[in-house]
Parts: sequence; C-alpha cells; structure tokens
Amino acid sequence: MSDITLNTAAAGVPEAAPRSAPLTQIGLVGWLRANLFSSWLSSAVSLLLLYLIIRWAAGFIEWGIVNAIWSVPNNQTQACRDLKGTGACWAVITEKHRFMLFGTYPYEEHWRPFLVCLLFIGLYVVSAMRRFWRWELALIWVAVLTLIGVLMWGGILGLSYVPQERWGGLPITLILATFGLAFAFPLAILVALGRRSSLPAIKVLCIMYVELIRGVPLISLLFMASVMFPLFLPEGMNIDKLLRAQIAIILFAAAYLAEVVRGGLQALPKGQYEAADALGLSYWQKTGFIILPQALRLVIPPLVNTFIGFFKDTSLVLIIGIFDLLTAGKTAIIEPAWQGFGVEVYITIGAIYFVFCFAMSKYSQGLEAELNRHRRR
Amino acid sequence: MMMPSGRFLTRAMAGAAILATALAAPAPAQQAPQPAPAAAAASNTFDAVRARGTLICGVNTGLAGFAQPDSQGVWRGFDVDYCRAYAAAIFGDPTKVRFVPTTAQNRFTALQSGEVDVLSRNTTWTLSRDTSLGFDFTGTNFFDGQGFMVKASTGVKTAKELDGATICVQPGTTTEQNLTDWARATRIRFTPVVIERLEEVVQAYLAGRCDAYTTDVSGLAATRSAQQRPADHVILPDVISKEPLSPLVRQGDPRFADVIKWVHYMLLSAEEFGITQANVQQMLQNDARPEVQRMLGRGGDLGRMLGLDNAWGANVIRAIGNYAEIFERNLKPIGLQRGPNALWTAGGLQYSPPFR
Repeated sequence: MSDITLNTAAAGVPEAAPRSAPLTQIGLVGWLRANLFSSWLSSAVSLLLLYLIIRWAAGFIEWGIVNAIWSVPNNQTQACRDLKGTGACWAVITEKHRFMLFGTYPYEEHWRPFLVCLLFIGLYVVSAMRRFWRWELALIWVAVLTLIGVLMWGGILGLSYVPQERWGGLPITLILATFGLAFAFPLAILVALGRRSSLPAIKVLCIMYVELIRGVPLISLLFMASVMFPLFLPEGMNIDKLLRAQIAIILFAAAYLAEVVRGGLQALPKGQYEAADALGLSYWQKTGFIILPQALRLVIPPLVNTFIGFFKDTSLVLIIGIFDLLTAGKTAIIEPAWQGFGVEVYITIGAIYFVFCFAMSKYSQGLEAELNRHRRR
Repeated sequence: MMMPSGRFLTRAMAGAAILATALAAPAPAQQAPQPAPAAAAASNTFDAVRARGTLICGVNTGLAGFAQPDSQGVWRGFDVDYCRAYAAAIFGDPTKVRFVPTTAQNRFTALQSGEVDVLSRNTTWTLSRDTSLGFDFTGTNFFDGQGFMVKASTGVKTAKELDGATICVQPGTTTEQNLTDWARATRIRFTPVVIERLEEVVQAYLAGRCDAYTTDVSGLAATRSAQQRPADHVILPDVISKEPLSPLVRQGDPRFADVIKWVHYMLLSAEEFGITQANVQQMLQNDARPEVQRMLGRGGDLGRMLGLDNAWGANVIRAIGNYAEIFERNLKPIGLQRGPNALWTAGGLQYSPPFR
C-alpha cells in the first residue's frame, strides 16, 4: 500500500488536502455508534443501563455527599441516626479512622505504624521498578523489614516497647501479606521444582506437602496454628500469635503458588530443557537462566491472581483474635454510640483493599506487556 | 484430652522448642531464663505474674459493654474493668495489665497454654468447663440469661403474654432448646422463626416477621442500643435460662484463684458499704466500721493473707470504683438493668462473703 501511495505522489498527481474521516466514523460519536448504538437492541440496552447507572450514581452522591454528616461532637450520633439512612454518617470514619488503621496501638505512638505503612508502600514501589531489579534489592528488603520490626516493637532507640497483641489495623494486613508472599514465593518455586524432580523422595515430599495443604481450608490451618499448636508447647512458653498465623499463611500460600509455578514449568516446550542440557548447563544454571525466567513470565496473571487473593485472605486472622484492617473496622462499630454505621465503615475498608489490589493488578498488566513484548507482532 | 500427651511430646520436642523461642516475639516473659517445667509453672501463676510485672488478661475481641477498644484504642468495658481491678490489687497500679483479645474459639486454649493468666471474657460457668477443661471459675460477676425483646408498641409486659406469638431465634445454640423447654413448662404455644445469622435474625425481628426475639439478655441489650430508637423496644423482665458469666483461671493455682475471687468480692462489698471511687480516701481515714477498716487495709492483715499489700482493696476501689460504678459505667449505657445482678440487699443475687 505505502509503495503505491509513494509512487502516485512521485508521479506528480495533485495531492488533495488531507481530509479527516467523517465525524460519524471517528471520535466519540463514531465510538458510540460502533459500540453502544449499533443496532436497535444494543441502543435499548445502552439506554437502559445508562439510566440505571445515572440513577444509582445520583442516589449514591445524594447519600454519600449531599446528605452526609462528616463529623459530630463528642460521640453524639443522634444527628446521624435522625437521617434514617438517607445520608451517610462519615462521622464514624472521622471518629474511628485511627482505630481502623492502627487498632489498639498506643494512641500517642501512632506515627510509628503510620511510618511502617509508608515504608511498606515505598518498598513495593521500589521493588516494582525494573531498574532496581538487582541483588542489592534483597539487602533493601532486609533493611526495611528490620526497620519495620524496630518501629513496631520498639524497646530500643528510645522507642517504648509495644507488645504484639496491641498491633492492629493496616500494618497487620501489610505485614501478613508481605511477609507471607515474600517467604511463600521462593518456597513455592522450590516445591514446584521438587514436584518435577526425578528424585522420588523429593518428589513425593513435595506432592504430599502441596496436596495436604491444599486439601484443607486456610481457616483450619489458622485454627491449628492458634488453637492446637500451643497445647504442644510447655506452659509459659508462647510463640507469638501473629508469628504462628504468619507461618500458617506462608505454608498455605506456598502450596498454591507452587501449583501456579508448576503450570509455568509445564507450559515450557521440552526443547528449552533439551537446549539448555545441550549447552552443558548444570541443573541450577539451567533452572536459573533458562527455565524460570520463561516459566514465571508465562504465569504472571495467575501469580498476581493468587497474590491478590492472599492479600484479602489475611483478613481470616480475625477468627484467632488478631485485629487486621477488616477486624479493626468491625470492632470500631461495636461501641453502642456507633453501632449501625457498618456500611460507611465497610465502604472505607473496601476502598483501602481496592487501592492495593487494583495497584497490584495494574502493575501486573504493565509487567506482562513489557515482558511479553517479543511475542507481539 | 489433648493436654497430657501434649506435655509429653513437648519434652521430646525440646530442640524444636528452643528454636521456636528464638523465633518468638521478644516479650518480656521470654527474656527470662528457660521456661520452667510445666508442673511448676502451672502452680505458680501468681509468682509468674508478679515477676513479670504485668497481668495478661484475655478479653473478648469486641462485645458492647463488656470489652471493646474505644476510638483511641484503649480497652473499655465491664470485663476490662475487672482486669484493671486485678492489676490494681496485685501491683497497686491498674495500668499494669495487657489485654489479649480472644475469640470464642481460641479463648480456652489461650488460658490453657498460658498465653493469658486470667480469662475475663463473658464465659458461662458450667460443670464441664470447670472440671474436664481444667479451669477454676472464680465467681459469677454477671448473671446473664436468656430473655425476650418485643416492640414497645405491642404492650407486652411479661413473657407469659407471649402465648401464640411468633418468636425469632438462632438455631444450633442452647437458645433454641431453652425456648422449647420453657414453652413446654409454662404451657405456652409459639411459632419459632429460626434464622442462622445474627444480622438476619435481628432484621427479621425489626421487619415484624416475629413478635419477639430471644437470646441472652446482654445480647438483647446490645442489639436494642444499636437501633435508631432503642425506646421502641422492651426487654422483658423474665429470664428463662441460667448463664452465669465468670472470670476463670487455670486449675491448680489456688493462691492466684483466691486473689481473682476476692477482688470480685471486694467490689461487691465496697458497693454494700457505700465505698466509692470518690469517697474511698475519706472512708479509709474516717469510717469506723471494722469491716470497712479491714477491707481498706487499716485493720487486720487481710491483704497479707492473700499475698498482697494490705492496701489492695483501697487500690482497687481508687482505681476503678465499686461494682455499681463498673456496672453504671459500662452496662447502663447499653440499656442493661441490674436485675439479678443487684446486691442481695436489694433483692439480687450478688453476695460477698464477709471480710474477716
């Protein structure tokens, strides 16, 4: 095509001024025609949906903004109750947001968990940038996680000691999710490799681990960690409740991630393995340089799917009395003055979860596109 | 049944245990030398608590009026005030207590495993828990029981008037059984509406699908206080089951159990003798009644007998007030009346043995 155009231009045919396509074909109008109003049926559906969306949005704006009450003095929620559900009582968030975010952590020390949340987010951002993908990143992780431990526990550097049972809210969710996935992922890779190993003992062990853990619900593992396990320890000796829950989450996540990784390993053509062997690479060289980079790239979508699932599954720790973000939110509305304002609290908590999960999802889409560039034609 | 075999296994797992200690949180207790053998630890909660310098109290993760953190994350409630009272008695300082939130599922393990020293968590005193679970209940500090809530507009005044009514109830718990037993005994006919989830059963009651809603009175009160207009709902005075709520400790440490027990009696007696947070200092100096003198530590040697300071009673009252004050502060706002929890002198069941 382009050749012909060039030729005609070269032949001196008078060139017409470039015209844009008809307005009905491009731009917003064209898009609307093509996608929403292409036939009478789709026009009807579009109009109906538009009507429903506008009605719902108008209702939500009226409830959430126009009629809403943003703060009340001294826990006097009568003003909110007088709304009888026609407006949101965001006063509950104004009053309780610090409890929802940081739980029973000492009030004057809230800057510490706040800093911890910022550190976590900073850590995620740095780890997400490809230019930081070097071995020094591991050092940064160790340093930041240590710093987070120091900030949360205190007891040194003039920080007051805060026992674990007082931690709560968003830091707990981030700790469980980050440590959980950070430890589960390497474990998962080992288990996935082990499942495909030719050594029968390792293979059986890995299969047993995966099948055993996948065979029970996470909630029962958490129960085991919190209810059964302490009975096997001598009295007076307690492994931290949070640590027990954390280990249960790591073991559980690793089993699921291992299966995802195994999917990637199996999707690789056998030629890749054989080519690596032909080059004379050792097992670990082959795995590290040839197999894993390709296999993991293949399974980015299911990996992120599992990550997002586990980020939210951490809220199951509520059954063993740990105040994660969701539990802290639920506990915030137990106080009689604030009972009955659950919707506002759940919307807020949902928004926080959404921000984290959506960021993960968006990032993975970008990563996928970037890493799979060679496949695009 | 888990416990004995668990203990044996423990010793075999000593190596793993040491590794686990290294991984465990640097809680002050774990900075002490190696944990003492199980038997010694069991009988020495009192000394362990004193050595640690804080009491660890298991509370509910959140139950209106009984235990819930406020907006600043400070624990408040009836059960929580009891924990502060224990700390005031043992250390003379109500702040020397750590609260561990426990769920209905892990509360007993938390106590058995020594994660908490005392469980102050709306737990019903039953024979099996007292014996086979290996706990000691230290005295009912709240007499709960199953009751009924109706809409005020119905004009129902007693449960007897519920003949022919539709009653909302949750299945699976003893609540449903109690309701049936009570109806049979009092020859009342009713139609049960059985709904599994708490929110749904409350919704059904509010929507008028049933005339009455039944569960424990403390639960009714919490539900009632959460309504737009609590005054539209009435909790009937009849209580059809016994749910005595009591703090509990591990069996085998009578000294610690005594302290927990007598702090409760101190709170009751203080109410009986009119000692309040406001007037305790004045009573200590001016009141001539010998029992008051003994309670507040001016005469007798009662504190010493418990292994405490003689001023323990005065410390408790000064820190959190008497039983009536605890009740007013925490349970009145959720709409609970004293009822069976009034002092025996006022026709209730709360009765303290004498301080002598």
